[in-house]
Amino acid sequence: MRQNYRLDKIGLVNREKKLSFKFNGKKYFGYEGDTLASALIANGVHLVGRSFKYHRPRGFFGAGVDEPYAIVQLYRNGETEPNVRATEQELFEGLEAKSVNCWPSVNFDIGAINNFLNIFLPAGFYYKTFMWPRSFWYRIYEPFIRKAAGFGVASKEHDKERYEHKYEYCDLLIAGSGPSGLASAYAAAKNGARVILAEDKPRFGGSLLTSDVSINNQSGKEWADNIITELKGMTNVTVKNRAQIFGYYDHNMLVMSERVTDHLPKSEQFTPKQRLWYIRAKQVVISSGSIERPIVFGNNDTPGVVLASAAKEYMKVYGVLVGKKPIVFTNNDSAYETAIEFKKNNINPIVLDSRQDSNSEIIKEAKSLGIDIKFSHVVVAAKGYKKVKSCDIAEISEDKQNLNQIKNIECDCICVSGFWTPTIHLASQSGGKTKFKEEIDAFVPDKSKQKEVTLGSANGVFTLEETLKTSFDKGFELSKEITNNNNSQQIPKVSEKKHSKHDKFWCVPLPKGKKYKRFLDFQNDVAVSDIELAIREGYRSIEHVKRYTTLGMATDQGKTSNLNGLQLVSNIENKVVPAVGHTTFRPPYTPISIGAIVGREIGKHSKPTRKSPMHNWHEKNNAVFVDAGVWLRPRYYKRGNEGLFEASKREAENVRKNVGVCDVTTLGKIDIKGPDAAEFLNRVYTNAWLKLPVGKARYGVMLREDGIVMDDGTTTRISENHYHMTTTTAQAANVLSHLEYYLQLVWPELDVNVVSTTEQWAGAAIAGPKSRDLLQKLFPDTDVSNEGLPFMGFVEANLFGVNARIFRISFSGELAYEVNVESDNGNFMWEKIIEIGKDFDLQPYGTEALSTLRIEMGHVAGSELDGRTIPYDTGLDGLVSKKKDFIGKRSLLKKAYNEKDRQRLVGVVPLDKKTSIPEGSHLVKDPKGKLPNPKLGHISASCWSVEHNNPFSLAILKDGKNMIGSKLYAMSPLKNKTIAVEIVSSHYVDPKGERVRS
Amino acid sequence: MLYIKCPHCGLRSQNEFAYGGDASVKRPELNKEISDQEWDEFVYLRKSPRGKHLELWHHVSGCRQWIKVLRDTSTHEIFNTYKSEEKVG
Ligand SMILES: [Zn+2]
Repeated sequence: MRQNYRLDKIGLVNREKKLSFKFNGKKYFGYEGDTLASALIANGVHLVGRSFKYHRPRGFFGAGVDEPYAIVQLYRNGETEPNVRATEQELFEGLEAKSVNCWPSVNFDIGAINNFLNIFLPAGFYYKTFMWPRSFWYRIYEPFIRKAAGFGVASKEHDKERYEHKYEYCDLLIAGSGPSGLASAYAAAKNGARVILAEDKPRFGGSLLTSDVSINNQSGKEWADNIITELKGMTNVTVKNRAQIFGYYDHNMLVMSERVTDHLPKSEQFTPKQRLWYIRAKQVVISSGSIERPIVFGNNDTPGVVLASAAKEYMKVYGVLVGKKPIVFTNNDSAYETAIEFKKNNINPIVLDSRQDSNSEIIKEAKSLGIDIKFSHVVVAAKGYKKVKSCDIAEISEDKQNLNQIKNIECDCICVSGFWTPTIHLASQSGGKTKFKEEIDAFVPDKSKQKEVTLGSANGVFTLEETLKTSFDKGFELSKEITNNNNSQQIPKVSEKKHSKHDKFWCVPLPKGKKYKRFLDFQNDVAVSDIELAIREGYRSIEHVKRYTTLGMATDQGKTSNLNGLQLVSNIENKVVPAVGHTTFRPPYTPISIGAIVGREIGKHSKPTRKSPMHNWHEKNNAVFVDAGVWLRPRYYKRGNEGLFEASKREAENVRKNVGVCDVTTLGKIDIKGPDAAEFLNRVYTNAWLKLPVGKARYGVMLREDGIVMDDGTTTRISENHYHMTTTTAQAANVLSHLEYYLQLVWPELDVNVVSTTEQWAGAAIAGPKSRDLLQKLFPDTDVSNEGLPFMGFVEANLFGVNARIFRISFSGELAYEVNVESDNGNFMWEKIIEIGKDFDLQPYGTEALSTLRIEMGHVAGSELDGRTIPYDTGLDGLVSKKKDFIGKRSLLKKAYNEKDRQRLVGVVPLDKKTSIPEGSHLVKDPKGKLPNPKLGHISASCWSVEHNNPFSLAILKDGKNMIGSKLYAMSPLKNKTIAVEIVSSHYVDPKGERVRS
Repeated sequence: MLYIKCPHCGLRSQNEFAYGGDASVKRPELNKEISDQEWDEFVYLRKSPRGKHLELWHHVSGCRQWIKVLRDTSTHEIFNTYKSEEKVG
């Protein structure tokens, strides 16, 4: 197929390389260097989608990041992506894209019926209509809105692409490679600064690519190319294209999204699709340029109405004509460059200039080229549905209120220019103030809050000469402050055409009797009449008007609509624009893919996975693992067809009957040293620590200052000034921070050091009636008899040549020991225990059996120490010293903590002795009681008691102390279960604790 | 993301630190009798000033020292940072 709108002689695309692509199933050709938009326009395709609300036909409006219309669904390498701007998507071989917002097709769209019924969809329509009845929301309204709205569909497949994050530091970060960016980067780089220059587009140069200027007798593009080539060769400079700085955060950290392979048919192996850069810059230069703004007129959303600068860019960069019978409608000089470019390519434009007359250099040139210029003329309304076919034009009175001599002329595109809006998003995001600049009818950055400066047209400077001068100066000045070097560059000689003043005209009045829709926000279909309605209904703050009408709330964030919206609000309210103010700019500047934000932190990379030194053994022996914080722990060891229940029951039974071994490496371990260590422990724990002898362990409970239990565990006195503390797996990090807090800030006079040794020690708990016999075989040189190593004793021993620590502590309620060796010897220890344990019917047990054993013993753990319980609640009040002070003690005097019917730990058994009680069930008196049914307590942990062979649970129950023997109901609305239960003692096994001392 | 100068390690990104609240809070001395109100103020009540705030940060992914940071809560400007034992003001 011929590219009917392609020009032969101009443009920067590579005509040697033809690329085929598909749009809505139809095959087309373009060239390397095209965007999807330029290639479609070259093929005469102007209808690309439907609008958000009215489903009006949509074409192309811009040529880059500001594009509000041309949003497509992209298909690439077997994956699909919504919300892709065709004006930014570079063409690659085999690209496929489809229109969005159209059903069943872009040419015949059912939703377009909204357009003809548009009286029903004014501002606030959704707020007003979908409010009631409430029950309609989920069934009717939401599905309807969801079907009708949106810019494509997200893929439900796993994203196979790779995304990366990168951290970088520099002296100067420069956002945008137009004249101001290039000049400041060059001046700073030549002065020795570390510079990062980021360009959003594939090509460097910004406006220099299309403007008719000369710099040092070169064209703007040649000058830009030379500067970039030189910068790329410098070791202190990083130059990135396809890289957009989209967010300016605190302390000069900016985030840049680099589209590494979006322009290729697929990513090569190990190459990310996109890379997110977190850049900490000493100084930031914002050279983000400006965006042309439209003039508002009737049906100004018809395909074929484009920004004049975009029409010029399509010609000069892509060699593509947006139309062959153009109208150029302007209020300023810049659009004449577009008209002249048409003329140079043998197309005859008609220029409608809202100004009365002007005779600047460029207008003289246009006149001399024979271009038809009509001053005091405007476009009243575009005509044509899927593409502009003609337009009504008129003469406009001097006061811009009246239209005369309306007539229709044929055209196929309308290139509109309503002057320029500086892109102040980044400057505003940085926290800097903005001010309204009367001469350009737009906001520019004012006072900086962070270390940034805005240069060039982003700062409202529209002449190249001034832009280059200030940018060279600023680049030098900022780099000098950092590098102390003094190499300044000569400012190049510029030749450009002087522009005359623009006209403050922005909206064409409606002719009498006509109700043309005049759009402000093209992506969200917000028209002049919507804003007028919002103000009639009492909305005043621009932030409220924005939310009510959705002006500027679409994915383009109002890049082309904001200022005209403000103009309108200020006109209606008889205010000036600065008094209305603008809405807040927030990152990201353009939509960023979720993949880029997440980076490599997906799947197994989303958090570290910690494994014990015995992990491989567990794996080889059919362990089924469970996440315990960041650790992987064996939950049970599967034999044959066993499930969780059978396996954990077998393992727990074997502990009670014979002996079991459990990997307890994950327990937090903290080494505590210093002459004041005992005093410190005495302040940290609720019980007494000053008299613990060397070689003895003690169980301790620590509180937060508010009296809530923070953690529990045993601490052992290894030697005079040396203690070994253990914490629960989950609280290990918090406890260390807690100890450091008190040592560094509250009691710095205490001479104590703490350090985490969790990873230094591998641990194995050996529990069960046969554990001593097994231990004796493991440590033949050590006396492990009840006298030699009594309950809560500690001894250092030799495990077949390896140093080991033996603690006689028990979590299971059985006779038990914990053996620690240095981590490197963990597997050696484990295999020795397994090997020698064979003679004693030893079985390894996992966390599920561990839980069962501790629950039926009434030993509290994380599910009881849940950040809401004090020592009394969990039955730990016996460990609270009445004599000494400690962290959190004063809080225990609180009235609520001492109520007579205070909650307390109890045991719970189902009356039928069969039904397991779901954890989290509420305990109530009357299961049929009126709602809200008073909750007396909750089930904190449940197990199958292997000792009694029936279900058993722990609960925190109101007045638990006096409730033993009473009958209640456990209700779980989640599991839809109501179970009659009896309250029993929490010590369901060996209530006197004889076994651990045996 | 804030850029915090740890007095021990130098400038580091905020994600290496944990916030520790108002640095001017003083824990009542051990074994000292105090009223319920004084204790409640210590445990629960914190000012939330707009502007200068001396606060604690813990360099958890660094040197593990608690440091003091004088920060403006509305602008995030950090005026100075101090070691835990340094007297401020
Ligand atoms: Zn540090």
